[in-house]
Amino acid sequence: MPTTLTINGNDQTIDLPDDVPLLWVLRDEVELTGTKFGCGVAACGACTVHIDGEAVRSCQVALADVWGEVTTIEGLGTPDNMATIQQAWVDHQVAQCGYCQSGQIMNAAALLAQTPNPTDQDIDDAMQGNLCRCGTYPRIRAAIKDAAQRIQEA
Amino acid sequence: MASIGKIARRTFLVGVAAIAGGAAFGVYMVRKDAPNPLVAGDGEATLNPYILINQDGVTIIAPRAEMGQGVHTTLAALVAEELDVAWEDITVLHGPPAQAYYNQALLGLALPFHHYADSDFQHNLRKNVGMVGKLLNLQVTGGSTSIKDAYDRMRHAGASAREALKLAAAAHLGVDVATLRTENSKVIAPDGTEVAYTDLAMAVRDITPPDVDLRAKSTWKYLGKSMPRTDMVAKSTGTAHYAADTKLDGLKYATIRMNPRRSGMISYDDSAARDMPGVEAIIDLGDGIGVVASNTWLAMQAAEAVEIEWEPASYPADTEGLMAATRAAFDLEPNSTTRDDGDVTATVEGTEITAEYVVPYLAHATMEPMNATALYTDGKLEVWSGNQAPVIVRDKCAEAVGLDPEQVTLHTTMLGGGFGRRGEYDFSVPAAKIAAALPGTPIRMTWSREEDMRHDFYRPAAMAQFRGVVRDGKAQLVDGKIAAQSVTHTSSMRLVGQVPPGPDRGHVEGAADQPYAIPNFRITGHLADLTVPLGFWRSVGNSHNGFFFDTFIDELAHAARTDPLQFRLDMARAEHAPSAGVIEAVGEMSNWGSEKPANIGRGIGFTYSFGTPTAEVVEVEDTGNGIRINKCWIACDVGTALDPSIIEAQMVSGAIYGFSAAMQEEITFSDGAAEQYNFYDYDALRMHNTPAFEVRVLETNPHMGGVGEPGTPPSMPALGNALFDLTGTRARELPLIKTFDLIL
Repeated sequence: MPTTLTINGNDQTIDLPDDVPLLWVLRDEVELTGTKFGCGVAACGACTVHIDGEAVRSCQVALADVWGEVTTIEGLGTPDNMATIQQAWVDHQVAQCGYCQSGQIMNAAALLAQTPNPTDQDIDDAMQGNLCRCGTYPRIRAAIKDAAQRIQEA
Repeated sequence: MASIGKIARRTFLVGVAAIAGGAAFGVYMVRKDAPNPLVAGDGEATLNPYILINQDGVTIIAPRAEMGQGVHTTLAALVAEELDVAWEDITVLHGPPAQAYYNQALLGLALPFHHYADSDFQHNLRKNVGMVGKLLNLQVTGGSTSIKDAYDRMRHAGASAREALKLAAAAHLGVDVATLRTENSKVIAPDGTEVAYTDLAMAVRDITPPDVDLRAKSTWKYLGKSMPRTDMVAKSTGTAHYAADTKLDGLKYATIRMNPRRSGMISYDDSAARDMPGVEAIIDLGDGIGVVASNTWLAMQAAEAVEIEWEPASYPADTEGLMAATRAAFDLEPNSTTRDDGDVTATVEGTEITAEYVVPYLAHATMEPMNATALYTDGKLEVWSGNQAPVIVRDKCAEAVGLDPEQVTLHTTMLGGGFGRRGEYDFSVPAAKIAAALPGTPIRMTWSREEDMRHDFYRPAAMAQFRGVVRDGKAQLVDGKIAAQSVTHTSSMRLVGQVPPGPDRGHVEGAADQPYAIPNFRITGHLADLTVPLGFWRSVGNSHNGFFFDTFIDELAHAARTDPLQFRLDMARAEHAPSAGVIEAVGEMSNWGSEKPANIGRGIGFTYSFGTPTAEVVEVEDTGNGIRINKCWIACDVGTALDPSIIEAQMVSGAIYGFSAAMQEEITFSDGAAEQYNFYDYDALRMHNTPAFEVRVLETNPHMGGVGEPGTPPSMPALGNALFDLTGTRARELPLIKTFDLIL
């Protein structure tokens, strides 16, 4: 029984078993490969996407359980038209290997949507589920604060 | 393969005593230019192995893998500095497997002198000996050598290409080439006429690039400045291409299961898996199985359902047995005594202390689990793999499917973390084998995190026994023994089928090669007779010896009742000025010696590795609710700093990698298999427990040093030394969470 999802504003019909995680629907079926597989058990945050604006680990959401509109990193902004948070990432030269950064950015975008002016404690609390083996945390923190300021000034 | 083995045997002798013979042998062959592997298409020109010009712009071909360290950006800047390309016009691609991309600097690390003491003569010798890398097809990203290796080569590539473009423009415009200049990807004539490089792509094909002098450092526009990374926009928008992002028509998805005890497969029963949703094929890989399905997750579910009987491990089945075998190596004849100053067997007056240290096996745990994509059609194989050693990967894939290397096309993609793990070929070969079993079907193979964690090539567990004597506030004697299974031997057997003769310098790096004047100073390396799969883990031997040696130095300082920073500084001053410089700098940055509350501890760590002396001060705080790292100050001396932002990022990254390991990481074994599966039992620092950093980059070092690894070794002892300062308890075993209540 095909399932219809709205992903980055487009309706997509998916013909996969109900229990396939959203992560693998996005990557293998819809070919949105910006969302990354890191652990499969919600321990690293690399697969973070938004469902109705809320940051979720897409490796833990079964296809049949997707409850709203899905936004992936590709839906947040593009190289020619980056979201403010992505521009802050570029300006602070955050990424190293880059593999975790889609998840970091999606998580940070959800944080700023809920908490427009986050404290260090807010950032610690919101971001500690997102692992980065390159250790880009200091620049992630700086980019989040900078993006918060830009969004408020806009 | 036989011929590579033969060359390897002869050239590896350089590491022992036959330097002159080895270098002389090398010189004849290596002076010949390696063929340019790039093939120019219509309207394109490849002036050398590093530059491609066509209508779309200038593409720089990087001989090294971008795994996060920023190497593509700095390699591009080296070319652009001479070529006068506008920064925003540059595209950087990974080079194909080719002899032209050999890493000259890597083999130079094996020479029998302490690196920090290089004279110009030794520096040049290291460079020449390193050229045997070309013979070995040593296209490897590792040893923090990429920029040192590329510094002259890539600038020359840019300079000669620029002059060739000017010659082409001179012919086109009918003017004297001497009147032309270049700027922003254009040749400009005295009358203001501009010719874009892209318009010269056809004309420049027939011009032999002239050899020209390099520009003076004082005129640099790009080098020495923090450049916007060439991969930054792609990595901030989810558009960077990693191997598992390869899109091909008719793609199928695969995963594998291999023996967690790291030997063969006896039998398997896939009856339960065959009928699971989406499953299309289950393939016998000989030493494991591959499952192909319509979706990666479905393949992983089915792989779990295959019943497999594995052969037992060839090494002791549990950690206890492995550590006993490691300890037994202390009683074996030393493999190396590469430091033996004075006489450690003589009676030396003073206060004597002894200490024993132990550190565990470690996994690389890159964010991107091992994966590769492959397509086999009509006797040809195409592989997409994020790897640090393209020639080896290509050749091993070819061998696995019965093709010649020329029949294999290898695309090196972005690497989602390397740290040494992606120098291996084990994750590319199974994708090739699965693809060969299903000709015409492109296969995207991804390992589960569990498969990745349990099939790493680990940093070895290691132990050290130290004896030291202090008198008059100074070290009079240091006698250290290091015991571990050899990474060099294990990896060489795997990669070239033999063990290099002579002392294993990598085994004792970080201890035997430290730039300290100690009158009686000996370090011996003892190799444990074990067969655990080991690999190169960020900073390799320095990762354990840095902890052992510097912690013992800290213990000696306390025994001598001398300030630990001053104690190190005195020893370094007499031996190596740049090392003394970073110790002094980090003291100044951290306001070392200043008053602090009782719940604050500070420690210093110092290691000279990969040509870069690096000192770190760590401040820890007892919050009353666990101990956290507040701050880390880092001073390093890289000689010439080509990109300050990237160097800063690498130093911080290296320290975080080290803190993560020192605090909590440990691979243990049971029943022959690693007991850790995923990030919930092999974690690292995260946002909330990462300290603030301050980095200072010095440039007094006469030779260029690396930046990818040197931040890691001193971080671990600096943290342990800070915890001693805070608690009075000396950590002689890692991970530290076993001894201290750390905030994880």
